[in-house]
Amino acid sequence: MSLSVSLTHTLGTFTLDVTFDAPPGVTVLFGRSGAGKSAVINAVAGLLKPDYGKIVLDGETLSDAHTWRSASTRRLGYVFQDARLFPHMTVRQNLTYGSRFAPRTDSGPSLTEVCALLGIADLLDRRPAGLSGGEKQRVAIGRALLSRPRMLLMDEPLAALDAARKAEILPYLERLRDQTKIPILYVSHSVAEVARLATTVVVLEHGRVVRAGPAEEVLSDPDMVRQLGVREAGAVLPATVKAHHDDGLSELEISGGRLFLPRVAGETGTSTRVRILAQDVILSNTLPEGLSALNILPVTVIALREGADPGVIVQLQCGQDKLLARVTRRSANALNLMPGDAGFAVIKTVSIAQVDIGTG
Amino acid sequence: MTGWLGPEEWQAVALSLRVALVATLFSLPFGVFTAYALARWDFRGKQLINGLVHLPLILPPVVTGYLLLLLFGRRGWMGGTLEDVFGIVLAFRWTGAALAAAIMAFPLMVRSIRLAIEAVDPKLEQAAGTLGASRMWVFVTITLPLSLPGIIAGSVLAFAKAMGEFGATITFVSNIPGQTQTVPSAIYAFLQVPGGEASAMRLVVISVVIAMAALLASEALARRSVQRAAGR
Repeated sequence: MSLSVSLTHTLGTFTLDVTFDAPPGVTVLFGRSGAGKSAVINAVAGLLKPDYGKIVLDGETLSDAHTWRSASTRRLGYVFQDARLFPHMTVRQNLTYGSRFAPRTDSGPSLTEVCALLGIADLLDRRPAGLSGGEKQRVAIGRALLSRPRMLLMDEPLAALDAARKAEILPYLERLRDQTKIPILYVSHSVAEVARLATTVVVLEHGRVVRAGPAEEVLSDPDMVRQLGVREAGAVLPATVKAHHDDGLSELEISGGRLFLPRVAGETGTSTRVRILAQDVILSNTLPEGLSALNILPVTVIALREGADPGVIVQLQCGQDKLLARVTRRSANALNLMPGDAGFAVIKTVSIAQVDIGTG
Repeated sequence: MTGWLGPEEWQAVALSLRVALVATLFSLPFGVFTAYALARWDFRGKQLINGLVHLPLILPPVVTGYLLLLLFGRRGWMGGTLEDVFGIVLAFRWTGAALAAAIMAFPLMVRSIRLAIEAVDPKLEQAAGTLGASRMWVFVTITLPLSLPGIIAGSVLAFAKAMGEFGATITFVSNIPGQTQTVPSAIYAFLQVPGGEASAMRLVVISVVIAMAALLASEALARRSVQRAAGR
C-alpha cells in the first residue's frame, strides 16, 4: 500500500504545489497553520477538487486530469479534528455505519477487535452527546476503521483536545500503527505528535514541500530546525527496554549506549522510541566527572548550523543514530567544535518527558 | 360529536379533515425536495424558485384561486389534459379543494422544513460521505432523521393552514355542500342565512382549537429539531 500525491491548487493568493509519496506506516504532513496541510488531505479524501491533482493509491488512480472519484467511492477513512459523530445514533450505530457501504469482499477488523484496540467496548450503547472529547475521537477513529478503508486520513485528530486527553489517545494511535497494517496520512502542526507517531514526515511550508523522508532523518536534520522550531527540535531514537530498576528508573538501550529514564511503560525487551530535545543536550569534549546527569553518551560531531539567534545547532552521530544539540555560539567557540570532533553528550534524565517516550 | 354538530356542519368538518390530510400528504414529498434544494444546492434561478414557493403567501388568495381555475379548470391549460389523459377532474371537486389547500399551505411547509435541514451540520453529511455513503444514503440516514421533527412540524402547520384555506378554495372549486364546502366556506355560508350564527360559532370554535393545537405542536417539534441537531 502506498499513496502518491501530486497536486496544484490556487486559493486566492495562496498557491499549493505539492508532490510526495506516502509509504506504508504513518506519514505526517507537518507544517504551521496556513501551510496547506488540510487542503492536501481534503484533496486526497475527495472533499476538495484541486485545479490539478494526480492521486494514486496502490496503482489505482483516484484523481487525475480526466478522473475524479467522489469521496464516497474512494474508500478512505477520514478522522476529522471535530469527531463529527452522528448525534442521532448510538456509539454502536456510529461505528457500524460505514460497513454497510464497504464491499463484502474487503476484509477489515471486526467490531470486537476495534473496540478492544481503542478501549471503547463500554461505550457502545451510549450516545455521542454523553462522551468526553477523547472518547468521541476514539469512536471516530473506530468508525473510520470499521468502514474497511484502504487508508486512514487524520486531520489534526488531537488538536481540539487538552494535554491530558492527547496523552490518553496517543497510545491508541501507536497501537493502530503497530497492530494494523493500514497506512495513515496524518496532518499535524505538533512536533511532539510527529516524534511519537511518524514513520515518514512531509514538511510543508507556504504550500510547498520543503523536506520529506523517514521521521528519524527529518527530525535529526539540523536544516529542519527552523521549520520545527528551536524549542521543539530534537532527534527521535529507537530504543529497547533493558530493565526497570527499583529506584524508579528504566534502563533503555540505544545504538550509541544506555539511557536511564523515568519509568517507561512496556516489558523488558519492548521497542520504544525516545525523543531527545536539542535544548536538553549538553556537550563536553572530555568525559565529564562529578556530574549528577546519568546519561553520558559518546558522540561525534557531524555538522553545525548557525541561525540568527545566539544558538548553534549541532548534529551528532551517536552509534547508528543521530542526535541534535542546541548550544550557545559562545560555548561552541569555547569547545572549538568542528565536524569530525569526538565528544560526549550529556542528557539529564528527568528532562525527558513521558509524552516523548512512545512505542515503536 | 354528531349530536352537538348538525349534519351539514359535520359534513364540512369531515370534508375539511380529508382535504387537509390529502393536501398535506401529497405535498410533503415535494415540500421536502424543494426545501432540500433551497437549503443545500446552489443553482441558477434559486431566488426565482424561492419567490414562486412563497408567492401564495403574498398574493391575494382569490388571485391564486383564479390562476388555478385558469390552469386546472376543465377548459384550462392543464385541466383539459388531466381529464383526457388521466380522467382527473379538479374543478368544483374536493380534489380541487385539496390542490388549492396544498398550494396555499406549501410556503409554510417548505419554510419549516428548510430551517430544519439548514440546522443539520453539513460536516456530518460530509463525514457520512467519506464513510462510503452515496448522496441518497446520506440524505436518508443523516439529513432526514436529523431534520425529522422540523419536517413533522412543517406538516402539522401545513395541515392547519389547509384546514382553514378559504379564498383560493372558494374561487377555484366554489362552495358546494358535501362536495367542496370546507369549514371556512361553511362558516361563510351560515353567516349569509338568518339563524345560522349558532352553527357558524360551533365551527369557529373547532377552527380555533385545531389551529392552536397545530401551532403548539409545531413549536414543540421545532424546538426538538434544534436539540436533535445539536445531539441532545
